[in-house]
Amino acid sequence: MKTTGIPILNIIVFLPLAGAILCMLLPSASWSPTVHTSSRGSTGGGWSGGGSSGSTSGLGPSSALGPAGLVALVVALAELGFVVFLLIDFPSSGHAAGFQFVSKHSWIGAFGIDWNLGVDGISLFLVAMTALLFPVAMFGPTLRGNSRAFMGWMLLLEAACMGTFLSLDLFVFFVMFEITLVPGYFLVAGWGGARRNYAAMKFFIYTFAGSAFLFVAIIALVFLAAPKNGGHETFDLITLARITSSLPHADQVLIFCGFAIAFAVKIPLVPFHSWLPDTYTEAPTAASMILAGILFKLGAYGLLRLGIYLVPRGAADMGPVLLTLAAVGIVYGSLITIMQRDLKRLVAYASIVDVAFIVLGFFAFSAQGVTGGVLEMVNHGLTTGAIFFLVGIIWERRGTLRFADLGGLQKSMPIMAAIFLAVVMSAVGLPGLNGFVGEFLVLAGTFVTHRWWAVVGTVAVITAAIYLLWAYQRVFQGPVTNPANETVRDITWREIGWVTPLLLGIVFLGVYPRPFLDRVTPSVTYLLDRVEQAAPNADVPKTKTVTYSLPANQDVRGRPGSAPGGSGGSGTTSAAATGTGGSK
Amino acid sequence: MSAALLASGVGLVAQTTGNGSAGCSIGKGGQSVQGLCQAANSLHISVAYSAILPVLILSIGALVLLAVSAVLPKRAYPGLYPVLSTAVGGVSLVASVWQWYNVPGGGQGSVEIGGQVFFDHFAALFAILISVAVILSSIASDSYLRREGLDGVEAYVLMLMSATGAALMVESANLISLFLGLEIMSIALYVMAAYHRRRTQSGEAGLKYFLLGSFSSALFLYGIALVYGATGSTGLGLIANYLSNNVLANNGILLAGTALLIVGLGFKVAAVPFHFWTPDVYQGSPTPFTGYMAAVAKAAGFAGLLRVLDQGLLTQQTDWRPIIWVLAVITLIVGSVLAIASRDLKRMLAYSSISQAGYVLVGVQAASGTGKSASLFYLFTYMFIIIGSFAVVDAIQGRGESHSDLGAMRGLARRHPLLAAAMLVLLLAQAGVPFTSGFLAKFYVIQASVQQGQYYLAVIAMVAAAVAAFFYLRVALLMYASPVGAASGGPSGAGSLAVGSAGAGSAGVSAGSSAGAGSAGAGSAGAGSAGAGSAGGAGVPAAVPAGRAPSGPAGATAVAPASRPPSPAGSALDVEAEEDVFGAGLAPIPGFDTAPATGAGTLDGPAGEAPYVSSTNAMVILISVAFTIAAGVSSFAVDFAKAATTVF
Repeated sequence: MKTTGIPILNIIVFLPLAGAILCMLLPSASWSPTVHTSSRGSTGGGWSGGGSSGSTSGLGPSSALGPAGLVALVVALAELGFVVFLLIDFPSSGHAAGFQFVSKHSWIGAFGIDWNLGVDGISLFLVAMTALLFPVAMFGPTLRGNSRAFMGWMLLLEAACMGTFLSLDLFVFFVMFEITLVPGYFLVAGWGGARRNYAAMKFFIYTFAGSAFLFVAIIALVFLAAPKNGGHETFDLITLARITSSLPHADQVLIFCGFAIAFAVKIPLVPFHSWLPDTYTEAPTAASMILAGILFKLGAYGLLRLGIYLVPRGAADMGPVLLTLAAVGIVYGSLITIMQRDLKRLVAYASIVDVAFIVLGFFAFSAQGVTGGVLEMVNHGLTTGAIFFLVGIIWERRGTLRFADLGGLQKSMPIMAAIFLAVVMSAVGLPGLNGFVGEFLVLAGTFVTHRWWAVVGTVAVITAAIYLLWAYQRVFQGPVTNPANETVRDITWREIGWVTPLLLGIVFLGVYPRPFLDRVTPSVTYLLDRVEQAAPNADVPKTKTVTYSLPANQDVRGRPGSAPGGSGGSGTTSAAATGTGGSK
Repeated sequence: MSAALLASGVGLVAQTTGNGSAGCSIGKGGQSVQGLCQAANSLHISVAYSAILPVLILSIGALVLLAVSAVLPKRAYPGLYPVLSTAVGGVSLVASVWQWYNVPGGGQGSVEIGGQVFFDHFAALFAILISVAVILSSIASDSYLRREGLDGVEAYVLMLMSATGAALMVESANLISLFLGLEIMSIALYVMAAYHRRRTQSGEAGLKYFLLGSFSSALFLYGIALVYGATGSTGLGLIANYLSNNVLANNGILLAGTALLIVGLGFKVAAVPFHFWTPDVYQGSPTPFTGYMAAVAKAAGFAGLLRVLDQGLLTQQTDWRPIIWVLAVITLIVGSVLAIASRDLKRMLAYSSISQAGYVLVGVQAASGTGKSASLFYLFTYMFIIIGSFAVVDAIQGRGESHSDLGAMRGLARRHPLLAAAMLVLLLAQAGVPFTSGFLAKFYVIQASVQQGQYYLAVIAMVAAAVAAFFYLRVALLMYASPVGAASGGPSGAGSLAVGSAGAGSAGVSAGSSAGAGSAGAGSAGAGSAGAGSAGGAGVPAAVPAGRAPSGPAGATAVAPASRPPSPAGSALDVEAEEDVFGAGLAPIPGFDTAPATGAGTLDGPAGEAPYVSSTNAMVILISVAFTIAAGVSSFAVDFAKAATTVF
């Protein structure tokens, strides 16, 4: 277990919290000297002409951020810095399956609750994505209204997300998981569209009700585990994991169901998804980015960390159910998405398909599938964050997102069209971009263990191309039918500066996912070993052979998807497929 | 009163002389107590004064207050009585804390005074709760009573007397002393509910509380008789002994007695279906008293319930646990759902307090040490939350409780950001959001329930929490609703409301008889369930013609029923409002259910003026919020509650 001199995980959680409190305490009046976020936001790099951009970027009304905005900017970037430090410091060798940088302090001793943080390969990249996406969401889109409260809520949300990803204590996890709702609620309700109250309330109530099951499941798990822990109740994830995998079968299934309901609402899987379109459509751009980019992942991460890790047998038993829900979600979500007439709604529904894909990967219970699922979580954060950002820009310019009102925007905003196309390509799964690697791993991993579900999952690849490219066509190409579309201002340098880090991430993960896979794979392998040990007779035994047949041929680091570029990846596809066939 | 109490206590002790000497040998309160004890021994009566210290202090304090007021000229020192009352609460607090650290039997506790009272951590912690509630409510009442022209010694005497009864209830080890405490507490509370002489609602509240309360007391008494008939004793320990040594061949009488005891105490804690008084009483009572009532009556009622069920009838838990299970479930559901339907702040908090009682019932239902301390912790945290919430409501309502509909919360964050922030914390705590004491309290209760394998109850309780979150957040949203520009819509624009409010300010408390008579009809129309689901929202706008707009708030000041129906601008909005969140068919809340652009700005609180928060109120709110956060973030309060689990 690796540690550092500084309590880095605590800093990562508490720094945004401190920033949030500071923001709330500051005077809210935005002072007149306009602060060009672009001049500071250039840390993302990747855009030239920084000197000349100052004049162009000053046009946006978002430039007056006020002191709260400045504080938030400094805090968010410092947070990013700490996370980068964590990324660098995280052991890259394949031996580090366990949790690193663990920080444990007694919190509520009477209940066996500790303040317990730690990071492993799975959470590492989610943390990195969170740290990257937040500054972009906070300072990229044009902000209207009270910047002080907005920045405060955003930083609070960041702290809560970090806490969820980093917690090694079920109580801390739940608390952080729940507290995300409060800033989420106020962000939607305070800065959203016309029906924002309805949307915010629906969002809160749905997830809060789902959490009821999580809450009871966690407490039940702790009590069921207590006799084997010398009668002491503990919420410690690692201690529980040692005990709970040997819990009676029926208990595990029930507890897993509790977890699954809560996370299925949060993710959301299809029967529980009805809060999503309303919330996303009404949410302000920044909140949409965070909701789609990160809050979804809390649910998916919980499914992995709590569901599969703690009650592997229950997970193995209920796996087919979730696979089916995911498959249904893919087909249903795709069909609904294709029919949308509003760009933002379309992106919202597309998210349903994407997250169903993630769940498909998880419950394939193969190393590739789960690794692919984790990668897809990060991918989806980057891609959807970028898409919502760009959609928000169009909305700011045009005031509408209905396809009927758009069209031919390519002529007036060519740079925007290019960037949008790149992001759409990532979402579609173009080889060379991140989406491809994730989708490939998920499908390959699912095919190995659950062939027919993989076949259904492949539908998503096709339909994604249909609805996203069609949306692109309807927005950017074709003749200009509406004269308002002729004079739309193109994306500004400031906005390009903020979207660039996301684009870089998209390209980097697509071209060279190896650093990612190196760190994720050990944790995933460890996770699947647990499932395999806990449920030897379940549907899973194939995982073991598959998991290890591939590394036998190649170095652990040379996982299929890690080959640079698309062609290399597809080259190993056949190998994986044949290997599977042989092992069966 | 205190003398009578003691006399009756002695009388009862005299009947059970068998325990006398044994009790005395355990109860060593100190040298002086030892001396008294020896004196009592000669009569075969032992009085361990240390066990009843809070009761003594509170009752003597009440008498001292009365005596002081008799000596001093009327209204000579208006600020003296709250200070004295607070001081009495403080002394009682010190005494209870002393009790906490000096529980006999190495923390196991003991039965004192001839089997009449318990001296244990459970009683001590509840006594601390009651003392703190007295302190906070005394502070909070001051500004309210002065504003309403009601200041005097009586309010504080009544408060101390009811606290005396509550303190007796929490430590009683005998059904008779429990009943005695219940009555002392209740009678004082009845008067407190009716304390606002000029508000008809207050009188209605007092009468309603009194009639239903005495009915439930009678049922409780009958329950005592039946239990006595079945077991041959009214002492909880003796009942438990009897029931564990004997198997009742025919336990019909005991069952009926148990049920009646539950009904009697269920009334005090406002469990459904014994809750019908709650909304009206909470709405009608003077606001700080409502907070006190919600905190203390509930706590004492639950303490009694826990004593009776967990200590007297523990062996019969297979009988009463299903009853409590059902009560908990319907209390949770009905409380949460009806709170959504209510359009008045105090009424909403009343229903909310019903649903909170459901959570405590979940803890009671667990019938375990954990459940007991979970309930205790819940009540302790809820005491701070509810007193703080009603202090905020008091500040918002203004004179005559004229702004008590939910619309008055609109835009509070801009008019008074700190007050809004405090209310936000308190609301989130009631909703059970993490890092507030409310979350830990729910957590503890659910934990106790799950520990006993009550998974379904736990899930139902948490889903009810999600329902309840709706109406807490609705208020939060109203407070933080985005600023609205110039009033763009309603027939009765901002002007008329501003006039009305100004009238209220200048006319003061003068009983405007014509306005009062005019609004009386509307008030009674909404009296049953103001703006609640049954009305369907249709009747309310009709009852409030727009012409009454200027006199609306003034009428409310004088007679108050006009505070019930939505204020004029709201009624204008009702007509426009097509979209109702979650389509419950309810009268919409202006500014929440309708888009702000449609003219809800006219309801920007009382004409956009900042509410006046008196320094005493501010202190109460500050203490409540501080405790709510501190107990939610750290573990000190939980540790205390956990230590109080020792079941004697």
